[in-house]
Amino acid sequence: MAKKKPTAKSAAKKPVRKTAEATSSNIYEGMVPLALLRDKVIYRHVVSLLVDNETGILARVVGMIAGRGYNIESLTVAEVDRERQVSRINITASGTHQVIEQLKTQLGRLVPVHVVRDLTDDSPSVERELALVKVAGVGDKRVEALRIGDIFRANVVDSGIQSFVFEVVGNTEKLDAFIDLMKPLGLVEVSRTGVVAVSRGMLGIEG
Amino acid sequence: MPAEAATSTDTTEKFNGARIILKALQEQGVEVVFGYPGGAVLPIYDELFKQNSIRHVLVRHEQGAVHAAEGYARSTGKVGCVLVTSGPGATNVVTGLTDALMDSIPIVCITGQVPTHLIGYDAFQEADTLGITRPCTKHNYLVKDVDKLASVVHEAFYVARTGRPGPVVIDLPKDVAMAMGTYTTSPRGTKRQQHKTYRPKTKPDAAAIEQAVKLMAGAKRPLFYTGGGVINAGPKASALLRELVEVTGFPITSTLMGLGAFPASDDHWLGMVGMHGTYESNLSMHGCDVMINIGARFDDRVTGNLKLFSPNSKKIHVDIDPSSINKNVIVDVPIVGDCALALEEMLALWKSRRLKADQNALKSWWRHIEEWRGRDSLRYAQRGKIIKPQYAIQRLFELTKDRDAYISTEVGQHQMWAAQFYRFEQPNRWLTSGGLGTMGYGLPAAIGAQIAHPKALVVDIAGEASILMNIQELSTAVQHRANVKVFIINNQYMGMVRQWQELLHGGRYSSSYTESLPDFVKLAEAFGCVGLRVSDPAKVDDTIKEMISIKQPVVCDVVVDQKENCFPMIPSGKAHNDMILGPEDKAGKAISGAGLALV
Ligand SMILES: Cc1ncc(C[n+]2csc(CCOP(=O)(O)OP(=O)(O)O)c2C)c(N)n1
Ligand SMILES: [Mg+2]
Repeated sequence: MAKKKPTAKSAAKKPVRKTAEATSSNIYEGMVPLALLRDKVIYRHVVSLLVDNETGILARVVGMIAGRGYNIESLTVAEVDRERQVSRINITASGTHQVIEQLKTQLGRLVPVHVVRDLTDDSPSVERELALVKVAGVGDKRVEALRIGDIFRANVVDSGIQSFVFEVVGNTEKLDAFIDLMKPLGLVEVSRTGVVAVSRGMLGIEG
Repeated sequence: MPAEAATSTDTTEKFNGARIILKALQEQGVEVVFGYPGGAVLPIYDELFKQNSIRHVLVRHEQGAVHAAEGYARSTGKVGCVLVTSGPGATNVVTGLTDALMDSIPIVCITGQVPTHLIGYDAFQEADTLGITRPCTKHNYLVKDVDKLASVVHEAFYVARTGRPGPVVIDLPKDVAMAMGTYTTSPRGTKRQQHKTYRPKTKPDAAAIEQAVKLMAGAKRPLFYTGGGVINAGPKASALLRELVEVTGFPITSTLMGLGAFPASDDHWLGMVGMHGTYESNLSMHGCDVMINIGARFDDRVTGNLKLFSPNSKKIHVDIDPSSINKNVIVDVPIVGDCALALEEMLALWKSRRLKADQNALKSWWRHIEEWRGRDSLRYAQRGKIIKPQYAIQRLFELTKDRDAYISTEVGQHQMWAAQFYRFEQPNRWLTSGGLGTMGYGLPAAIGAQIAHPKALVVDIAGEASILMNIQELSTAVQHRANVKVFIINNQYMGMVRQWQELLHGGRYSSSYTESLPDFVKLAEAFGCVGLRVSDPAKVDDTIKEMISIKQPVVCDVVVDQKENCFPMIPSGKAHNDMILGPEDKAGKAISGAGLALV
């Protein structure tokens, strides 16, 4: 049997840490409690960083991740504060608490990284991803693709007589589902942004 | 507040980039730069020529420059400074930078670079220094704007010395070194340019300290396990550690990097822990119920088989680097902070609450330890006409212990014997390549320490194979009157390799015997040093005394037993209570299975 892939369900069961524990003056959040560290459950985390937007910062982050052998599923990066020259990087990675804690503290060691936050464990959060999905076909398949697009609230951003490009936004699972449904309907290619996320509530990443 | 707000910029006067670099180094208190010139750094060398306040020590290979700066830094607590050219100069420093990163040594290394407009065009002596050194530095910079140069230098020193120390590279294109710009002083008073955002946590969490002290007070079989972090936290940390051991009465062991933080002459000292640590240290690690790790990182040389590591202990871990905590070993009380601050707070709490561990339990714990000590796991027999390597080092210790000597090593058996038999009383006296295990480290490191302490006795305890990796630095020693003593434990083998081949590979000594070794006495003389040789055990003392008395660099070739192995030893993949104590003990403890694949 194939190894159980971490699914949306297991992510839903994740233990959310109390915020009191997370208020450490450290650059990353407070230490993970012992019981969680010993827990061998693997699930997907979204880790968000604020970094100085200087040349080579992405190479630094990616190089550290590759050099220490972490497996990451997606990585997004863009400047979010031009004045302060701060970029935000979102990383999704699956692992045990101990592995994710290592990933976070190793990221925290990089000099231009100044905030590291676990958006899966530290607080409830909202995740979004955008995909551009090209589907080619005629007749019934074309109609069916459009209908499903409607259900997923996908925008048609390019259309020709034989093809569409859908723009679909949502969490990773929704995008996966949409793309799966498009496969028999003439899926040509997919381009995805990777996950971006922010915590729920009034506090920002800097607390 | 942005750092610039606290700095003053003199906009009236302009200097070239090279001059700005030197002004910034002076302001940072740099007295010595270890370096090697080349095209891309000629403007800086030209400025060096015109001034007198910074001394340039010309090495013979850029790797030597970094190790010398490491020896300087480790023996003084200051930041070591290196200057090399682009391309091959920069690639030659990579081993040294990696070494400094692994052992947390503060270094600022300035590398020349081809002019900005040629970067990316495969220009002569161009290398992607930023890319190559990214994974082997704490941080690195490419400076393209001469007006920012001074701030970058100040910031580099701040980053190198703050938090967990490490090497920082500043890559400087030649056109920037020649461009005219303004000089920026570092913030007033502190001499410390702060980084825009880098502020490592140094003050430990009070609740965590409280929890730690409670655990300590309830301990029945406690053990201090200390590391290089105590030394990096400055002499105050070592003093506090001594006091804490004194008031608690707990036994203490240390990693290779931590030797000297606690005096080896003290009764509480159990000797080094780990693969070649003492029997009493390793069994105490295995059997303790409360482990107090101060500034060590559960390195695999220390823990052995992680699954079997100290199975019944609650673990307290103080480290300034959060990533060291819960990396290899999950601990019960993590404390992120500076070792000195943590020790201070633990001590204060212990005293103010008049705490005391269970004295009966502690006594019975010490009785166990004394029993283990009684096995005398470092014993060896000096018999017959061949010098035992342990004997040579033990005699070196006895004959130099009153001189507050600085000892560096290369890598191999001699390094482990030095750690076992040279007993340190003070921090910053022991210079060795622990994390990376770099052969060729010892001689340049000794030179760096000697430059910092011109009157002190500095000895590189070397192996005949390792010393050849940076032997060219003898020339540096002669030129700069760094009168280091190279004490070669010459077994004609890469002894540590031979030992593993004996234990793991059926005694097939593949390429570990060195044919055609040079005559080290003649070699020393060719460099302008004094060469000595001893092969008779009865003459060891006289030779050492002679070596010490010579006011020149000396190479002392000590011809020792070729087949001696380094014991005790925890074989790869085994636990602390599964040590090989000596040659007569090894038969029943063959290394097998997964252990074979470990290093
Ligand atoms: C640069 C480098 N290359 C290879 C090694 C692997 N290595 C570790 S110890 C050793 C042998 C060292 O021989 P020697 O200097 O004679 O010391 P001995 O063990 O004989 O005391 C070798 C090759 C290393 N540590 N560093
Ligand atoms: Mg040898």
